[in-house]
Amino acid sequence: MNPAVGLFAFLAVSLATAVVGFYGLRISRTTGDFYVASRTVPPWWNASAIGGEYLSAASFLGVAGLILLSGTDALWFPVGYTAGYLMLLLFVAAPLRRSGAYTIPDFTEARLDSKVVRRVTSLVVVAVGWLYIVPQLHGAALTIRITTGLPSWVGSTAVVVVVCLTVVAGGMRSITFVQAFQYWLKLTALALPVVFVLLVLAGNGSEPRAPLPINPTGLAPAGAYQHISLLVALLFGTLGLPHVLVRFYTNPDGQSARRTTLIVLGLLSVFYLFPTVSGALGRMFAPELAQSGQADALVLLLPGKLIGGVAGDLLSSLVVAGAFAAFLSTTSGLVVSLSGVISQDLFGGSVRGFRLAAVLAAVVPLGFAFMTDTLALAGSVGLVFAFTASTICPVLLLGIWWRGLTDTGAIAGMLTGAVLCGGAMVLGTLMGAGNAPAWLAQPAAWSVPSAFAVTVVVSRLTKNRVPASVNRVMSRLHVPERPVATER
Amino acid sequence: MPDSPLFTAAAVAVIVLAIAVVVGVGLKVMRSFRDLGTDAERATYNTLHAASRAGQHLRGGLQPAGAAKASKQLRVLLGCDALAITDTDSVLAWDGAAEELRPSLMRLAEEVLATGRTAVVTHAGQGPTAKAEHGNHGFSAVIAPIRAGSRVVGSVAALAPAAGAGLVRATSEVADWIAAQLELTELEASRTLLMEAEVRALRAQISPHFIYNSLNAIASFINTDPARARELVVEFADFTRYSFRRHGDFTTVAEELRCIDRYLLLERARFGERVQVSLRIAPEVLSTVIPFLSLQPLVENAVRHGLEAKEGPGHITICANDSGAFAEVTIEDDGVGMDPEHLRSVLAGHTDGDHVGLRNVDARLRQVYGDEHGLVIETAPGEGTLITMRVPKSQPDHDA
Repeated sequence: MNPAVGLFAFLAVSLATAVVGFYGLRISRTTGDFYVASRTVPPWWNASAIGGEYLSAASFLGVAGLILLSGTDALWFPVGYTAGYLMLLLFVAAPLRRSGAYTIPDFTEARLDSKVVRRVTSLVVVAVGWLYIVPQLHGAALTIRITTGLPSWVGSTAVVVVVCLTVVAGGMRSITFVQAFQYWLKLTALALPVVFVLLVLAGNGSEPRAPLPINPTGLAPAGAYQHISLLVALLFGTLGLPHVLVRFYTNPDGQSARRTTLIVLGLLSVFYLFPTVSGALGRMFAPELAQSGQADALVLLLPGKLIGGVAGDLLSSLVVAGAFAAFLSTTSGLVVSLSGVISQDLFGGSVRGFRLAAVLAAVVPLGFAFMTDTLALAGSVGLVFAFTASTICPVLLLGIWWRGLTDTGAIAGMLTGAVLCGGAMVLGTLMGAGNAPAWLAQPAAWSVPSAFAVTVVVSRLTKNRVPASVNRVMSRLHVPERPVATER
Repeated sequence: MPDSPLFTAAAVAVIVLAIAVVVGVGLKVMRSFRDLGTDAERATYNTLHAASRAGQHLRGGLQPAGAAKASKQLRVLLGCDALAITDTDSVLAWDGAAEELRPSLMRLAEEVLATGRTAVVTHAGQGPTAKAEHGNHGFSAVIAPIRAGSRVVGSVAALAPAAGAGLVRATSEVADWIAAQLELTELEASRTLLMEAEVRALRAQISPHFIYNSLNAIASFINTDPARARELVVEFADFTRYSFRRHGDFTTVAEELRCIDRYLLLERARFGERVQVSLRIAPEVLSTVIPFLSLQPLVENAVRHGLEAKEGPGHITICANDSGAFAEVTIEDDGVGMDPEHLRSVLAGHTDGDHVGLRNVDARLRQVYGDEHGLVIETAPGEGTLITMRVPKSQPDHDA
């Protein structure tokens, strides 16, 4: 592939992100537009923003790669990623919007009336955020390496630099617009090439080089346990993602938060059609990518391989642009919400503190990314979901739906989840390649129930610590807002 | 997947955590080896430390949870076997041995609660279990009343095998000390009430000038442009309806902006095109909760003191931005500006008269969010004015 294509795409996306971020609101309005200005973001616009923030490297590159490697088994990933929003819609979206708390630590502090819980939640949220940024940076490294031939570190560093600059310079003031723009960019970047490839293949009537059901790698298929565990991780993990939850506050009330979630479900379903088709095309027409360990780059390489020429180059640059939109949007969303948490708990919430926190939130994962290797994007993001599901999710769900939750129970649950899930990750590493049994490689199926159980049992044991404010907070979470009185 | 980046990342995280824990524990151990003074100094420290810890727990009033935590500290302080805190109807907390006596404590405390005098009750094992466990010793209980003003609101009971005069004296002192803590709580509560009353009073200060000017402006249109006059009256009605509303001390940025819109419509009936306004609002902060009528007075100040005195058209820019955990609202005008010294004395409450609105908003912001969230005003004579307001986005206790 022409190296200039990748570079050009990266620069264009970074520039567009910065421009939308800075000038999204700069349209000076006259008083006549007051009504427009004071109207909140419409749900579909907000839903695009959530989609933009949520669809990370794992969705953009990883899903197609996994389908190439393991066929229909990999469909569990898009199913889980999307269905997580159903959980969010049913159990979390509206009550959380009504809580008036802006971050998960804010929520736990208000719900349990305890500073210590806040500290512990903040630690967990920062850990989740950092772990989640690492695969994004790996995705960037992979993309830059494949498309331009530059060394891997250039890609991850470039993403961190762009994110730091825009966030520190206040470029995320209109983050909703930025993220919504990124969603449509990602969708276009993935859909157009797939459509073109399909048209070209239909046009010249080329025969598949390998039948779809044939596994190109010869890896053993995953068992039922892995599927269940993965689904548990993805379903419950979505509930606790810090950067996704923040977006719900742009909704004016609980009801529009629900509507937004419904639209997100639709948007995600549409999006995941395309990586799936890409993966299937890869299996039939480019099975050699599976052997060369470039499965995650399938989406990037497919247009060049199957179309070629100027059209191929153009489509490739579009895909690269979409990929960088994925890295930039997820990373900047995470960095903004992490730096909110870090600056409040560490630097007293000043403007300077926020900037410092933003740099801290982006640079630490960069260090992790340098120390580790790019492998199976979708899988590593799946593990982050498992960690979130074992730590934040029990506290969030029980905090919203069970009045018996106590601060001790919440802390015990979060620590249990963190130790079990983190321990499984570390142990899996120590045991070495392929030796780790399924229950260690996919810990969610047992670590999530344990975290729930510990939270409930410890809360039961410390019944006298149920905060006095529980009735007030609970009614605030669950009673629909009264209509605005000044509305004409 | 042993080489998975996440495994390694998690491993690194665990190692870093482990190091942090070791360092933390090490520091703690080293600190405890430091010289902490003579025995008397240490005893004083321990007593005061226990008292202040217990005091914190009693700040919520006589509640079971707080009393349970406080009774642990107080038992250590008194050095007795068991310590109980009661209110007038029930035992709130019991810490230490002989928990089986708990049901009978209220009966023993009855007289103390009625008379308000400290009593020593010897409980020689009336219950069969108590006898079996403690043999012939029984327990002596010193029960001292907690007096808030002239009322008895509860009692403290200290149980020991034998109650000497020392324990009696100490227990009465502890009871008095608890009473002092409770009075502090009441003081806190009344301070909150006072603050709320003050906020209500401040809220009610809608400018009479504005009402007068608006009505005059509307009157001038009645003959020349009846349709516009009617529209303005409706706007005026909506504006007053919002300003005089009864419920809630908080509103959202969106609603406040709507109120500003109505206000500016009315002002422009007077000033015509001399007042120009532009807005730059990040949708993320529209649902942020802010004190009721906290932005409109700032805009009114910009019109009244910035643009009214200025020749030719004036411009007001209203921005609302998302800034981490805070929402930042700025209101800028290119009017005549103010003398910073004068403004300072107005905000400090030394000078009455103009800029009442600014002082009002500043005082309320400080009361609600603390001193670091007061208005930040940048101005100089002839240079215009820039007012910045920063409020936390997360306010779970405030309902819009």
